[in-house]
Amino acid sequence: MLPVVGALLLVFVGNGDGRRNALVRWITLIVSVAVFAVTLAMWAAFNPGSPEFQLVERVPWIPAFGIDYYVGVDGISLLLIVLTGFLTPIAVLSSWIGIEKKVKEFCIFLLLLEAAMIGVFISLDLFLFYVFWDAMLVPMYFLIGIWGYDQRIYAAIKFMLYTMAGSVLMLIAILGLAYLHNAATGTYSFDLLKLYTLDIAPRTQFWFFLAFAVAFAIKVPLFPFHTWLPDAHVQAPTAGSVILAGVLLKMGTYGLVRFAFPLFPEAATYFAPWIAVLAVIGIIYGALVAMVQPDMKKLVAYSSVSHLGFVVLGICAMNVNGVQGAVYQMLAHGVSTGGLFLIVGMLSDRRHTRLISEFGGLKAVMPRLTAAFMIITLASIGLPGLNGFIGEFLIMLGAFRWDPRYVVAAGLGVILSAVYMLWMFQRVYYGKVTHGENTTLPDLLPHEWGSVIPLCAIAVVMGVFPTLFLKPMEPAVTRVVERLQNTQTLRVSNDARNAKFKMQTGSEVK
Amino acid sequence: MISPQLHAIVPMLSVTLAALACMTWEAFRDKSEPDQMPVGALGIVGLIGAGISAAFLWNGNAASFGVVSGDNFGLFVTLVLVVVGILTIMFSSQVITRDGIPAGEYYTLILFAIAGMIMMATANDLLVIFIALEVLSLAVYVLTGIRREDPRAIEAAFKYFLLGAFSSAFFLYGIAFTFGLTGSTHLDRVGSYLAAQSLSDNPLILVALGLLLVGFAFKISAVPFHMWTPDAYEGAPAIVTGFMSTGVKAAAFAAFARVFLSSFEPFSADWAPIVWVIAAATMILGTVVGVAQSNLKRMLAYSSIAHGGYLLVGLVAANEVGKAAILFYLAAYAITNLAAFGVIALLGARDRGNDELRDYAGLWQSHPALAGLMTVCLLSLGGIPPTAGFIGKWYIFSAAVSAGYYGLAVIGVLTSVISVFFYLRVVVMMYMQERGTEAPRIHVSAVSMTALSLSIAAIFYLGILPAQVLNLAAQSIATIF
Repeated sequence: MLPVVGALLLVFVGNGDGRRNALVRWITLIVSVAVFAVTLAMWAAFNPGSPEFQLVERVPWIPAFGIDYYVGVDGISLLLIVLTGFLTPIAVLSSWIGIEKKVKEFCIFLLLLEAAMIGVFISLDLFLFYVFWDAMLVPMYFLIGIWGYDQRIYAAIKFMLYTMAGSVLMLIAILGLAYLHNAATGTYSFDLLKLYTLDIAPRTQFWFFLAFAVAFAIKVPLFPFHTWLPDAHVQAPTAGSVILAGVLLKMGTYGLVRFAFPLFPEAATYFAPWIAVLAVIGIIYGALVAMVQPDMKKLVAYSSVSHLGFVVLGICAMNVNGVQGAVYQMLAHGVSTGGLFLIVGMLSDRRHTRLISEFGGLKAVMPRLTAAFMIITLASIGLPGLNGFIGEFLIMLGAFRWDPRYVVAAGLGVILSAVYMLWMFQRVYYGKVTHGENTTLPDLLPHEWGSVIPLCAIAVVMGVFPTLFLKPMEPAVTRVVERLQNTQTLRVSNDARNAKFKMQTGSEVK
Repeated sequence: MISPQLHAIVPMLSVTLAALACMTWEAFRDKSEPDQMPVGALGIVGLIGAGISAAFLWNGNAASFGVVSGDNFGLFVTLVLVVVGILTIMFSSQVITRDGIPAGEYYTLILFAIAGMIMMATANDLLVIFIALEVLSLAVYVLTGIRREDPRAIEAAFKYFLLGAFSSAFFLYGIAFTFGLTGSTHLDRVGSYLAAQSLSDNPLILVALGLLLVGFAFKISAVPFHMWTPDAYEGAPAIVTGFMSTGVKAAAFAAFARVFLSSFEPFSADWAPIVWVIAAATMILGTVVGVAQSNLKRMLAYSSIAHGGYLLVGLVAANEVGKAAILFYLAAYAITNLAAFGVIALLGARDRGNDELRDYAGLWQSHPALAGLMTVCLLSLGGIPPTAGFIGKWYIFSAAVSAGYYGLAVIGVLTSVISVFFYLRVVVMMYMQERGTEAPRIHVSAVSMTALSLSIAAIFYLGILPAQVLNLAAQSIATIF
């Protein structure tokens, strides 16, 4: 399936040398919609009852090291691929007018980015995963650096260096894993499923988990690794922000669920409380900082820090509710934050400013845009009946079973999110029109309708029929959790080993 | 038919003959005729001959006179050198006409240098390695200063020559000690003699080892013997710099690996810590100082120092993976770096190098193809998939990890992140800055463009489908060590 997608992209790149921008835009849109259709077809072909990886393809790549082109999906990655497929056409639409220079290159980078993102989600070979993970940085770097706002170069370089610094350490851990596999069985392998079965010494787990976790924590971004995010988000063009918030951030949490936790269950159990504390700090800190932002894009960016904190908290709970909620929240956040960036981008295209104080009373001028923004805002806050609610609720439930104290703190975050979102909404849309130039702004344009309607629709669908999405991911989530809990019980029953682990590692971490 | 005794030196012979032909051509050509490519074409024919003969010798384990061995290790490096030579000549054809460099001498020197490099890579005797080293060094000293009217070039050549002569002396002294200890300069015999010795009985071994190490470290510009590199690289014509930074390094590394991983293998526990420190220092200094550079040639000089450090990591690891990794990395690095310098050379002008970082502002607008090619090269040097550089780095670091050198691997990956920073500065310049002044019109000849496209294709081939070359590299080391 993916090769088809990839081929489509390459064909496009080959043909895209025409100077007619409209044609290029249409081709990109059609390609990305076609990719979305393929992802939906994958969903249709997917058997939701099975926890195994499906639609698997495996071709030897570098046989000497047991590296394969090995891809497949389970319930978790399937939904994230669908999300990627869904958001990319919206990103294309969002740049329909805003991007005027170098349209062809813009579209090429966008599609390359999509291919790499899908690659990250479907890779079952750690080496392949790493290749996509790093390759993804390059198009994103160019998207921010060339088509971004004033501070774009600074933001692009910061984005690239932060992410790389984290990921190269992960590379060493990946190599270390392959080496351990070699030591245990005599062959190198980067096959995720084989590596799951490795029995790794606690001390090694400790370091490898750290390497993986830091790479993913930077990507999430977990407090205190989040400082690249506001810059990258604010400076990126709208399409870049939508993809960044909608999909890229999910890779960090996806990595935690797929790699860091199941590969190193003992270290994960050990670190979970610490990560959860960071997550909770992130939730509250992100919300507080978001509240005082004068810039709408920055506000949404910090709200991402807060929302992703929930996701991490759900993963750390390590029970079915928590992890399921986390995955659900990833999808919901992709839709709602993608939508927020989209609409903020529309405003900024019209006025070339993103300052809240420059707006006010827009409801009278553009009622339709206001309505769309209202829906997305409420979805982001987590109003029951919209997508944000289900995820947050499940996460809270999961976290409550684990340790109620986190829930108390996280609950505060929910309230704060309502505060900052609604307050911004009020200042931008209600009241009198304070700036004369705002009175003539056009309401939603045709291509904007095309991106807003699906977003709002999906937000409602996800809020009302969560089973549709929860069901396919359930077996996969259960399997991840079982693996973690097995180790947990094993740990409890095996006090000696537990003590040894503490002794070896405890002194090094506060 | 030629006697089997000669088989192993056929590649070298072929290049030398081409060099002699170039010289003769230059002596007898009609001076009023400006056409220069035929001289270069002669060189290319010679190099292709070397490549084909190397391919025929593959797995043959031919040996000539007991001092040159055509084993797969040497042949692999020979093939890399042949590629380097062909690309260099293709880039040069346009550049030397523009800069008014005398073609006959230029190509002759390049070819002699390559002959010396091939000899160095295949030599099996310390003295022959030394002779090869001198053959290639002398040619490269002259090439560095071939633009006689440019004071920077003269300075660079002179520095390079003085320090090079100095290090040659060290190397020769090391050979003398080795001979004194073992009674032979032949690597196999040195190795079998040393295997029976221990350091406590014979501390002089350490002296021999150290002197040889200094000699090699100078040629591969490892810290702290790297001082000449930035000046020499900046002063030389860009394309010569590309040639030096790839060809000389590949040949020197081949000999380095051969001497240290076969003859001195028994003492690897003694030299590995030293090389560990050198490797770490080389990687760190190369990248950290590279960050501060504003001249692209100088920046790439420091980057090439850092790349030498990565190669040393493979040497320290000294296991099967490490040895093959060195070979693969050499191939990937040689092609990438040469292509990068090729772009720099093409952008230059006769009176002015155009090699300051700010000269690259807005290159995307004025010459999108060159900007794109340069970007691929820089990303490959930075080790970002899916390029050759990524697979090379991955291979090197997996060698370090599997040998248990986690610390070195961590230093390696962190420095490569830092290096990405300065590679990206060039990309930022090319894509995200506007050029203030009118961009100079750049004409790129078909030959240069072919060379560039070939290198880029090779970078992606090695990055996406590396299995074949990786296997070749693994086979190459199976025969000797």
